[in-house]
Amino acid sequence: MADDATTALRDYLQRHESKSLLRFITCGSVDDGKSTLLGRLLYDAKRLFDDQLDALARDSKRYGTQGGELDFALLVDGLDAEIEQGITIDVAYRFFGTDRRSFIVADCPGHEQYTRNMATGASTADLAVVLVDARKGLLTQTRRHTYICSLLGIRQVLLAVNKMDLVDFAQERFEQIASAYRELAGQLGIEQVACVPVSALHGDNVSARSQRMPWYAGPAVLEWLESVELAPPPSGEGLRLPVQWVNRPDQGFRGYAGTIVAGSVRPGDAVLALPTGRRSQVARIVSADGDLPRADAGQAVVLTLADEIDVSRGDVIASALQPAPVADQFACHLLWMGDQPLLPNRSYWLKIGARSAAAQVTAIKYKVDVNTQAQLAATRLALNEVAYCNLSLDQPIAFEPYARNRALGGFILIDRQSNATVACGTIDFALRRSTNVHWQHIDIDKQARAQIKGQRPACLWFTGLSGAGKSTLANLVERRLHALGYHTYLLDGDNIRHGLNRDLGFTDEDRVENIRRVAETARLMTDAGLIVLVAFISPFRSERRMARDLFEAGEFAEVFVDTPLEVCEQRDVKGLYARARAGQIRNFTGIDSAYEAPESPEFHLRTQDMPPDAQAQLIVDSLLQRME
Amino acid sequence: MVQSTQQAHAGSTMRGALTHLDRLEAESIHILREVAAEFRHPVMLYSVGKDSSVLLHLMLKAFYPAKPPMPLLHVDTTWKFREMIAFRDRRAAEEGLQLLVHINQEGLQQGVNPFTHGATVHTEVMKTQALKQALDQHGFDAAIGGARRDEEKSRAKERIFSFRTAQHRWDPKNQRPELWNVYNARIRPGESVRVFPLSNWTELDVWLYILRERIPVVPLYFAQPRPVVERDGGWIMVDDERMPLREGEQPLMKKVRFRTLGCYPLTGAIESEADTLEAVIQEMLVTRHSERQGRVIDRDPSASMERKKQEGYF
Repeated sequence: MADDATTALRDYLQRHESKSLLRFITCGSVDDGKSTLLGRLLYDAKRLFDDQLDALARDSKRYGTQGGELDFALLVDGLDAEIEQGITIDVAYRFFGTDRRSFIVADCPGHEQYTRNMATGASTADLAVVLVDARKGLLTQTRRHTYICSLLGIRQVLLAVNKMDLVDFAQERFEQIASAYRELAGQLGIEQVACVPVSALHGDNVSARSQRMPWYAGPAVLEWLESVELAPPPSGEGLRLPVQWVNRPDQGFRGYAGTIVAGSVRPGDAVLALPTGRRSQVARIVSADGDLPRADAGQAVVLTLADEIDVSRGDVIASALQPAPVADQFACHLLWMGDQPLLPNRSYWLKIGARSAAAQVTAIKYKVDVNTQAQLAATRLALNEVAYCNLSLDQPIAFEPYARNRALGGFILIDRQSNATVACGTIDFALRRSTNVHWQHIDIDKQARAQIKGQRPACLWFTGLSGAGKSTLANLVERRLHALGYHTYLLDGDNIRHGLNRDLGFTDEDRVENIRRVAETARLMTDAGLIVLVAFISPFRSERRMARDLFEAGEFAEVFVDTPLEVCEQRDVKGLYARARAGQIRNFTGIDSAYEAPESPEFHLRTQDMPPDAQAQLIVDSLLQRME
Repeated sequence: MVQSTQQAHAGSTMRGALTHLDRLEAESIHILREVAAEFRHPVMLYSVGKDSSVLLHLMLKAFYPAKPPMPLLHVDTTWKFREMIAFRDRRAAEEGLQLLVHINQEGLQQGVNPFTHGATVHTEVMKTQALKQALDQHGFDAAIGGARRDEEKSRAKERIFSFRTAQHRWDPKNQRPELWNVYNARIRPGESVRVFPLSNWTELDVWLYILRERIPVVPLYFAQPRPVVERDGGWIMVDDERMPLREGEQPLMKKVRFRTLGCYPLTGAIESEADTLEAVIQEMLVTRHSERQGRVIDRDPSASMERKKQEGYF
């Protein structure tokens, strides 16, 4: 290669190395021209190759909405369904650069039903470009997307008032929309708003300033993106390293791998492993390129410690001088993304950093009308709804408020049945009671209480339709155990609803709470050393699993009393089915409320195969075998 | 020249301001470690190309000083360039890694090849089907691949942790939301996740990183005189005697190189003088064509990648 070419390349590479990276999203309502704006940016930045332009020309003729002219939206709508329907379903990531910056853009869908995909794009963005159609002004989706940007911590927005050509480039119209948007952004805590009048289709004020709007003196969209100052990373913060993976190639090496999410680290620094609070010192910062003298936020590293302390995946290694707070209950914002509603007190998987835990929303303080920002009462959350909630975890975790640190304050919830990602949330603060209520140490433990009774505690959980024969069977089992001298207690659905749970109805929300209370009660009783029999319809798998998780391995047995609906309905001992069929009882399991059969119960008893006496004996025999 | 970028790199790391490449590297390493921690039986798909070379390098870094806790899997269509196979075996041996090679034996017995069966059938049987066979046979629950979002329109839409049903199907209209870098790795038995640690890299980033880290790549990426014939407007290399020449076709020696590597009869070469890494990068900065242009299988219909991916293609 010629020398001047080498020099030119070296210069280029140096510039490229020192260029900053900006990640942004384009969002707004459907048909406001997001994909067109982005396509235009890519086109103007000469980021399109000839073969891609040829394909665009072909696709424009075939699917385009611009009468055969280049339809830039087709550059980013990549899925067949999107091209056919002319809408954006999911986020498209695009890459381009100018001499000053590299950009990663996430083009977000505008339809309300795809809000979760918009949130996906926004979660990794530094700033947002919000589009508005100059003819329509601010729409519900403009407000919703701005709200979600704010929720996810975006503090800088460019408002592109698009299709100015269709309002004759009228300054007054632009000012009107800009001022309405500034007010909205102000309410949502978005600190910096730039408003630009554009015509994405014709390229006005996209990468170069337009001659057709001489009244506008500000920058074009691309100019602004190239020059906007990003908030500098906070300085002086304590080290935070969520441990992803323990690196143990042999007996002689034990390293903790993870990405530093705040602060910096040097060998010799005093650190704590959280939540346990064990203390040590950093021995080495190990990398494939040799040990490092220092590492900073954003770097993926391996640390070794001076002492052999117990640190595992999900723990956070933090500066001992500035440790992170630890708690298990939080006030948080939640964006619900599941097709099934959020039910308070149902157990979900939570993932935050590298930590997974079981979590329940214990209270929905209010949900937010994203259009008016009004706070509304709610007992459940549907797809795309936003709420302020109390969240309770089954273990304490190290965290930071989301506003301070995204990695230690942002979490997802996962449905335990479907494994779908059903929510994203941001921690606001820890609820005081989680740090104030301590577990009281007690000398007499479960084992001692059980020993004095000469038995091992257990929980037999009878589930099935109303009238399936759960209470009858549980009653038979208890009588036999009692006759053999065992200490038992029977928690029966109907009886408990007369006392402890008399404030609960039969909605899905109340059914979840009904089971939570009885499961906790059953746990207390096994802790007292008892053999507990629970006879509840308990129609949902999630709650039965939640109950199971409260007990030690082998302590809990699910008994599925499997009687077909027709048989239960025929028996109708309490006359309930008849009333449900007549529409006098609502939310009746098997009629207008679902029963989710157990997938792998310890006992699966089909009432028609075996008389209740024999079934009871089967359970008792199995239980006694376990006692030996 | 190489030295100067190395120094720039070391300097930036010490000062704490991460460069664009540093950020991409850290993101990819984070993803690889999540896979190792969350899955029981992950595998890295190793296709021998430049992206696989970068991926392998990142793997070695992510788990250093331990060896990567997963094997490499190469789905061999039996029509890869000979140099690719030699490079593959050499690299696996050098790094002491477990390399699994899978060939669709059924397809082999039926003599499926790109000439008589055409590119589409060949790719479906020897690549897509073969991949699914290998994943099922070993019971892998996560498969890491080197695909990038800048390659193609449907890839631009895919998640980093991309869920697959037990039948290996992708549902592009109903992907799991993916917030920040918190990846949902939960699946049921039989289901799996395809993981793309290079999602946010561009072709240029890949080359600049190869230069910075001095990562070995297959020599086919560099221009050399090679025997080629012109087919459908592209140069196809005559890599072995199995290639049937059409009437009047006579292999020519041309100085060519490849921007992507696949099955040799389906991979077009470009005429080029670029025989060093620096020259390749230089050439890329002025090119007017995307890297997938040379791939016969990508041509027409325009969204065919999405359909292949839905059926299990990587």
